[in-house]
Order: sequence, then structure tokens, then C-alpha cells
Amino acid sequence: MAIIPLERKPLSLAERTYLPAILSGLKTTFARLLRPIETMEYPEQRPAIPPGYRGVPTLVKDPNGREKCVSCQLCEFVCPPKAIRITPGEIPADAPTAQVEKAPQAFEIDMLRCIYCGLCQEVCPEEAIFLQNQYSMSGYTRAEMVNHKDRLYELGGTLPDPHLKWDKKKAAAEHGNTH
Amino acid sequence: MIAPAKPELVTVNIDGKEIAVPKGMNVIEAARQVGVDVPHYCYHPKLTIVGNCRMCLIEMGLPAVDPATKAPVMDPATGKQKINWIPRPQIGCATNASAGLHIRTQTPQVKDCREGVMEFLLINHPLDCPICDQAGECKLQEQSTGYGRGYSRFIEQKNVKPKRTLLGPRVMLDDERCILCSRCIRFSKEIAKDDVLGFIDRGSYSTLTCYPGKKLENNYSLNTVDICPVGALTSTDFRFKMRVWFLKQTNSIDPESSVGANTVAWSREGVIYRLTPRRNDEVNDTWMADSGRVLYKAVTAADRLTAVKVNGADSALDIAVHAAGELFKSAAGAVAIVGSGRSTVEEQFLTKKLATALSASTHLVSRVGQGDKILVSADRNPNVRGALVTGLIPALPTAQLAALGTAIDAGQVKTVVSVGEDLFAAGLNATQLAKVAVIYLGTHANATSGTAKVVLPTLTVFEKSGTFVNQQFRLQKFLKVVPGVSGATDDLVVLSKLVAATGGAAPSDLNPLWKALSAEVPALGTVTFANLPETGLLLDATPWAALSFVEGETLHFKPAAQAAVVTA
Repeated sequence: MAIIPLERKPLSLAERTYLPAILSGLKTTFARLLRPIETMEYPEQRPAIPPGYRGVPTLVKDPNGREKCVSCQLCEFVCPPKAIRITPGEIPADAPTAQVEKAPQAFEIDMLRCIYCGLCQEVCPEEAIFLQNQYSMSGYTRAEMVNHKDRLYELGGTLPDPHLKWDKKKAAAEHGNTH
Repeated sequence: MIAPAKPELVTVNIDGKEIAVPKGMNVIEAARQVGVDVPHYCYHPKLTIVGNCRMCLIEMGLPAVDPATKAPVMDPATGKQKINWIPRPQIGCATNASAGLHIRTQTPQVKDCREGVMEFLLINHPLDCPICDQAGECKLQEQSTGYGRGYSRFIEQKNVKPKRTLLGPRVMLDDERCILCSRCIRFSKEIAKDDVLGFIDRGSYSTLTCYPGKKLENNYSLNTVDICPVGALTSTDFRFKMRVWFLKQTNSIDPESSVGANTVAWSREGVIYRLTPRRNDEVNDTWMADSGRVLYKAVTAADRLTAVKVNGADSALDIAVHAAGELFKSAAGAVAIVGSGRSTVEEQFLTKKLATALSASTHLVSRVGQGDKILVSADRNPNVRGALVTGLIPALPTAQLAALGTAIDAGQVKTVVSVGEDLFAAGLNATQLAKVAVIYLGTHANATSGTAKVVLPTLTVFEKSGTFVNQQFRLQKFLKVVPGVSGATDDLVVLSKLVAATGGAAPSDLNPLWKALSAEVPALGTVTFANLPETGLLLDATPWAALSFVEGETLHFKPAAQAAVVTA
């Protein structure tokens, strides 16, 4: 490639005094002094989270306190960075939610891997995993950055459930065949 | 050998494609040959036809003939024989190929039929997919994608049936998911010969159940789980362990007996989750025994040998091989080798090399059990015939190592190499073993590994590739499913190092090893590991025709009629 030498223009007298540049800078400074503050004093002040925000993925319980995840492992399958790791387990036959049969023994989300894409929430057939408002995760070790099941439920809390599919199933089983 | 009668071929027309198939062939199978999939649930190639799921409905027609003269009726528009289409659909599984049969599988009527059948099947089917182990390999899921409505018109209450019913120790039944295809009933009756399953009640009350007081506990019960097209029958061992879409399938062989049932090992990240049968119409059809399905647990058993030991102290492989070499030198001419019918052909070949290098006597331990006439034979060693083929042993082994015991008593043997065989269990006593130095190659701890001078941990069938020769003299290969446990070394590497310790040389990789095998073993003339077909290769069994093997009759095997066929 050809090299094109450029002529640098010599500075004018006004530029060599620096005064015009300083004055135009100060003009911006004094103009801002009078306007309202636009920055936020984080972390004392926190921004309002808009609806649909994709924060830290969490597990939620239904209004009756039942853990909604049935460990179908679809989120584990769909997760692009392979951040989710589930160990499936069986609900004992004498448990109050025995009709669900299956629940996770362990559920881990590695937040160092998570890319907050929300595919886990999208794919979940039980509406058990949600990316909620929490956006700040920090820790001193890698192990601390792995959210275990208890932590995920603590973060997720309870969300309203319009279906209550398993409760209906239990009711049908108790009612028995009508015909 | 009498050649089997050539089946009469007839030409059938499936969706406009002409194909010649054996007369009487099932239309579903004929369609499969031209790449046309006829969806079905109750039809299974190895079971009788019942035609109760109605999913395989097709349109069928036959060439028209004049009723009076039997002369073909020609269609003036095409100039060909006219086809009389039956106005109503027929089930494909109960339609047999006949000359001139015409089939249509893609017409609007057929599509309507399939959608109607799917809607009825899904009326009472629970939407259990998130918790159902069959999800991912469920025929109902697959056909719903093609023929499902996407929403339900059914507003009444779904049927309630028992869930979590234990049919037997290994099979759990969820009646709500059952689509009443009766495959499991037919399998129990026809293949397992243990007719314990049946339907009770009528209509939508119909329920699969065991006869009162009986259980589905025969050694083939888990095949019902394999053939169940939905998630009604599930394995208690695999239940809720892992979703099938995570599992990698690797072809393997059931090592529990000389039948050599073809299997698939399903693993994820180095952990095996289940073993299922792999179809081989010459060996095991689509079945395998329950007893063979739990063998993967040996890989992670607590008593796995994971440390090389010399005189009871942890050591390194090369030091141990050197120690073995010293033992060979100090006992020159007085070494005996106990080979194994559980070793692969390649390992037996190297064992034979080791024996030749040491001019050692070779022995083999036989394991004889009760054959079940289906897929577990009396010979519980998977590869005794491999030892014959490779020349490791000249005659059939005996259960007790009596000859070796006598030789030890007479002081003729100073060092014994055992390839995975427990010498105590094989009939040698403690005083005899105290007289000799034992070099033990094996996977699991036992009495012999406890007293051996040199212990060399090796791999299980699931951690290495190799071949077995089954009771039909069929050479079959299996592949490495999971990496070997830490501390254990491939048998071939250990044996080749032992051969090197005697001053010889032998390859430890499969490909160069197979070059040596085909060069030195006449029966394996043109075979290589890579070109060995998935369904195995029959070897010429005539050199061993005079031997009286212990196996009785099993599926696809008659001891008297051992066919001497070379297909190599």
C-alpha cells in the first residue's frame, strides 16, 4: 500500500495559547451546573427495572408452595453456554405432591457461564424458570458463582400460576372416573 | 448345507414406486424398502400382527380382472391394467404383498385417517411429557408432530387410571399413558413364553395389568419397556435418571454368555446410563436379557482395581511390568498362563503370543450355567471360541484348573499369569497358590488379586474396543463406550508390554494388531477391525466341528446344525 505523507498544519497563535479550548470546555461545565443531575448514585440508588427484563435466572414456586420444576432437563438441553446442570430425582409416593412424580434433586446454574439469553425460560414447559429483576451477581470464588437449588428458589420466590395443572390432575385422580 | 428356498418375488406399487418384494411380505416392511414410512404403534417386525392401533391405515388396490373371464381389464386412458381401489382404508400391518398390489400412503384420506386415530389416542393421554422417560423416543410424540391437531377438542374429564404400578421388579407401568397396543402382551406370550400380561375392562376403562398373583419378572421383562411405543412401561433402573436426548449411543455386545447379543450402550459424559438391544436378525432379533442390562454397573463398582501393585504396594505400570519380567526370567520354562473366555479375540491373540514367548502352558476357565433357550446360553464365557480361533487353547476348557493344580503340586510351575480369572474360584487352593508367584491382570478385586505378586488393573468391556466370537462362530465387534477409569490400562497395552518384557514385540493398537491377526490366524484371513460389519461375520467353524460345546438351543442357534459358512 502506498504511503501518503500528510502535511501537519502549524498551530495558529490562538491555538497556541490554549485559551479558546479552555473556554469552550468551561462553557460546557457551567451549562451543566444548572441542569438537573442525570447520573445515579449506584449502589445506593437503583434503577427501575422495566418489564420483560432478563436478569438472573431463578426457579419459582407456585402459590401453594410447590416447586414447579419437574427436572425435564429441557433448559439444560437448550442452554447455549451449558450453564445449567440438573440431577433429576423422584418424588416419593407418599409425598403431598406425589402426582408430580419428578423433581430435581440438584439444580445448578453457573452464573459465570450464563449469558442471560432467556432460552431456559422460553423452553420451560412447566413455567418454572424465570429471568427476573436481579442483575448483579458477584462473588469471590468460582464456586460462589454457581447458584444451587436453594439459592435459585430464594431468588425466584413465588409467582402466580394461571394453570395449576398438577393440582387439577390430583383432583381428577381423587374424583376418579365419572362414567 | 441345503440352500433356503428362494422366496417368490412379487411386484408391488407403493406411492407410484414399483418394487419386487417376497410374496406375503408385510406392507409396512415393503414400504420401508422404498423409503416410505407408514406410522404404526402395535406392529412390531418380530411379533404377531394384531392390527389394533389402526395407525397404519393405507389405501389399497388390486389390478382389475373381468369376473367372468378372469381377463385383465385395461384402462383405456393409460393403456395399463385398471386398478380397483378399495373405497375404505385398510391397515398396512395386516396387508401382505401380492402380485400387482397397489398402495397409496400419502392421499388426503390416509392423512385424515391418521389424524383421526391420533386424536382418539390423545383424548385420554396425559400430557406427562415433561416427566415421562419416553419423551424424545416416544412414537406418540413423533406422530403427534406429523398428524396431531395441536389443540384438543376434548372438553370432558380425562380418564383416570393407576400410575406408578410395579408390574415386576424391573418394570413400572403408568396405565394412563398406555395406548393399548398390546406389544408387551404379545412379547411376554410369544418370545418370553411367560404369559402374565393382559388387558382387563372394556372401552376406555381398558387397563393393562398382570394376572392376579403373578408378576412380570422373567429375565426378558425389560424388552417390554423397549418395545412400548409410549412411556407406559418404564425401567425402574433407568427411571428418571437421564433424558434420552443427552445420551450417546455406542454399539456394544452383551458379554454375559456366548450368545453375544448385540446391544447399544447409552452414555453421557463418560457415564453409562442404560443398555438396550440392537437389532441383529441373525443373533438376537431385537431382544436381550435383563441380566445383561445391569452389567454396565461393573464399570463404577466399588471394588474396581485402580492401582498397579507390586508385592501389595502401589507401583507404576512400567515398574510392575519390569517386576513381571524378572518373575518370568527367574521361572524360565515354569510359567503357566490362565487365559480368559472373557477376553477379546485381540487380547487372546496377545496372550497366546505371551505364552509362545515364555513357552508357557495355557489354560482357560470355563463357566457353565443353565441356558434359558432364548438369549442366555449355557456357556457364560462370551469368547471361548475366540480362544480356539486364535489358538490360545487347543480344546474346550474345563471349569477346574486341575491340570494346572497338579503341575503346581509337582513344582513344574513357578509363575502364573492370570488374565482376569480368579484362581481360587477356578479350583486352585491356597497352598498351591502360595507356591507360585501370580501376575494378575484384571478389572475387579478378588481373592487372587489380593494375593498376587503383581496386579495390573485393566478395563471392562465398556471401556475398550474389541471383538468376541459367539456360539455361532460369528465374529462381532464392540466399541469403547466410556473412557477407562483412572489407574487402569487397556488390556492390550498391558499384554503387549508383558510380551515386550520377554524380549518380544507385539502391537497394542487395534489396527496394527488386526494386520498381525489376519496374517497369523487363518480363520481371520481377510478381516480387519474396520471392515467387520455391524452385524458380525460368520467364521468357518469346520476345524472345531468335532468339539462338543456346552450350549443348548437358543434363539437363532441350534447346536447340532452348526453351519460351516464362510462369508468373508
